[in-house]
Amino acid sequence: MAVVPTYPASTLSHLDWLEAEAIHVLREVAGQCASPALLFSGGKDSICLLRLAEKAFRPGRFPFPLLHIDTGHNYPEVLAFRDRRAAELRERLVVRSVEDSIRAGRVVLKHPQESRNKHQSVTLLDAIAELELDACIGGARRDEEKARAKERVFSFRDEFGGWDPKNQRPELWSLYNARVHKGENVRVFPISNWTELDVWQYIARERLEIPSIYFAHRRPVVRRAGALVPVTPLTPARPGEAVEEVSVRFRTVGDITCTAPVESTADTLAEIVAETATTTITERGATRLDDQTSDASMEQRKKEGYF
Amino acid sequence: MLAAERLSAPAADGLLRFLTCGSVDDGKSTLIGRLLLDTRSILADALHAIERTSRRRGLEAVDLSLLTDGLQAEREQGITIDVAHRYFSTGTRKYIIADAPGHEQYTRNMVTAASTADLAVILVDARKGVLTQTRRHSYLAHLVGIPHLVVAVNKMDLVGYSPDVFERIRADYLAFAAKLGIRDGVHFVPLSALAGDMVVERGANLPWYQGPTLLELLEEAPPARDASQGRFRFPVQWVCRPQTLEHHDFRGYTGRVESGEVRPGDAVQVLPSGQTTRVKQLLLHDAPLARACAGQSVTILLEDAVDVSRGDLLVRAGEAPEPTRKLDATLCWLSERPAQAGRRVLLRHGTREVRATLAELAYRVDLAELAEAPAAALGMNDIARVSLRLAQPVAADRYADSRATGAFILIDEATNDTVAAGMIL
Repeated sequence: MAVVPTYPASTLSHLDWLEAEAIHVLREVAGQCASPALLFSGGKDSICLLRLAEKAFRPGRFPFPLLHIDTGHNYPEVLAFRDRRAAELRERLVVRSVEDSIRAGRVVLKHPQESRNKHQSVTLLDAIAELELDACIGGARRDEEKARAKERVFSFRDEFGGWDPKNQRPELWSLYNARVHKGENVRVFPISNWTELDVWQYIARERLEIPSIYFAHRRPVVRRAGALVPVTPLTPARPGEAVEEVSVRFRTVGDITCTAPVESTADTLAEIVAETATTTITERGATRLDDQTSDASMEQRKKEGYF
Repeated sequence: MLAAERLSAPAADGLLRFLTCGSVDDGKSTLIGRLLLDTRSILADALHAIERTSRRRGLEAVDLSLLTDGLQAEREQGITIDVAHRYFSTGTRKYIIADAPGHEQYTRNMVTAASTADLAVILVDARKGVLTQTRRHSYLAHLVGIPHLVVAVNKMDLVGYSPDVFERIRADYLAFAAKLGIRDGVHFVPLSALAGDMVVERGANLPWYQGPTLLELLEEAPPARDASQGRFRFPVQWVCRPQTLEHHDFRGYTGRVESGEVRPGDAVQVLPSGQTTRVKQLLLHDAPLARACAGQSVTILLEDAVDVSRGDLLVRAGEAPEPTRKLDATLCWLSERPAQAGRRVLLRHGTREVRATLAELAYRVDLAELAEAPAAALGMNDIARVSLRLAQPVAADRYADSRATGAFILIDEATNDTVAAGMIL
């Protein structure tokens, strides 16, 4: 076996540093928590988490199952990718769906087309109770949103799944405290300190496979309130809107009803990295149709148990 | 170079974590906003959002502090409550900013932010000079072992960009710092976060100042976790035993090198048991390494079948700290519930957890006077000199020798809250 050259002292590149920190966090979950799960959606952030978990635990199995909360409004390419990736890794994938929560009357939609994004919280909290999870590992990043910027790496949630931003556990050095009582849990964010650019640089460096819709492709869209809205059976064009076919890519691949693509011709990882380095619009600003209602909408959802 | 070329390559100079602190209204949030704006790290839509809010509040200029105050209560009260993290990259280096609130009651957040920082930017209002809060924050930054301090004398625009004001503040600060024992690693820079002078751009208003801008100071500071010079310390996080046909005998000890470095063939000792063996192999995922240095998360395979589990510490043979059941430490009490001598807690040191008793409260530090004061009990935000008795031994370093393995936290077993941060003397 070839010996890989190491970096001289104190010049870990920023990606090596971020990787080492995330691996450390994942191993702390394994060491401290009795029943964790890793949230895997098939999106780019959780794709990084899977790579980091391989680096943390191989040649062993992951000490947790993968869990996906499926809104029922996901792109089929992403779900196919999710299933294939879990199978390739030979790790257990558990899927719980908002659809089932609606059927059970746990989620009541105001109207059939309502975004299911915020309703994921109910399904997630039910899954946490059902699987008796004491920790959920997620791919959220502090650079995504103002309320996230204030969140701990190990973020304590009470028995109602709620986040209390004014009463967070102090987090010192890298001495994480994941202790909880029965019914409570921690949400753990190993890539807290990564930016969108770091994620793309890491995916490029590690040559990670990603769902095809992250690359530029032609797709029918309408322009609505400054965003490109993909025309799908769930999001049809409204009367009077002109449908265009545009070369787009997704920067984030959440719920179809609230995730918009951006205009792009980037069809390689190098081009995506270059575009991300020079974009003038934040990831959420460009692509989320649900976060702009108020400055505090993410904070509010997190208090209700959202990731 | 084009921005795209500059930024799309991984930052060559690694990563620097720094902390910003100062009194209320020193303009900390504005300074961070300025750093982000002038390094083009604020994106257009985020800027538009704060422009809208500034206009709605009837402000003439954009309030850059709106970029960092993220919580509803903070926006309502116009203050910073919790540590916020911000990120920017210059292409040569990635930065993580921890923005610590200035209010006295949030000392614990300052200590939290300081614990992972490589550098502290201490803001001083040019009109007010060195204040109690400046002294308090400098003391805490020094206590928590931040190796580099940058004193940013802000609001120079409000004192006519006067070199005399700057020089007077520098002299005052140095006199006070000497009393704390801070001699090296202090830099001073005059600036105006509001106007942008000497933050990223030099501006036209401070021609008499020939030194580096704030960003230049950040770019030149030694990179993160430069701890490879120290002794090898490896707290074991998790034992990897696949027990599959293919990897039947594989036993990997996983963890992060907290200081020093290690190579295959090195003689190592397992603490607290004291057994010795040699490193057979170092792995990062499936790649063997010729060396692992501080900051790297790796898997270590040992020559002999010694007993090692989570909570143990691997060190180089002959460099072992003495396992002890008594610790003298400086404690920062973080909990709202006060503590008396005799209080039982759980102590986490590295990956090891042991029961402990707060045996003695020697004294409290009066942060206003920076003097010793009697301590009958510890209240939130108190800094105190204590001793702890432990149910099992820990292999402890002095905090002054190793930030990673000289630190611990205390956990309340009833509530599971983190109630104190400790630094071993």
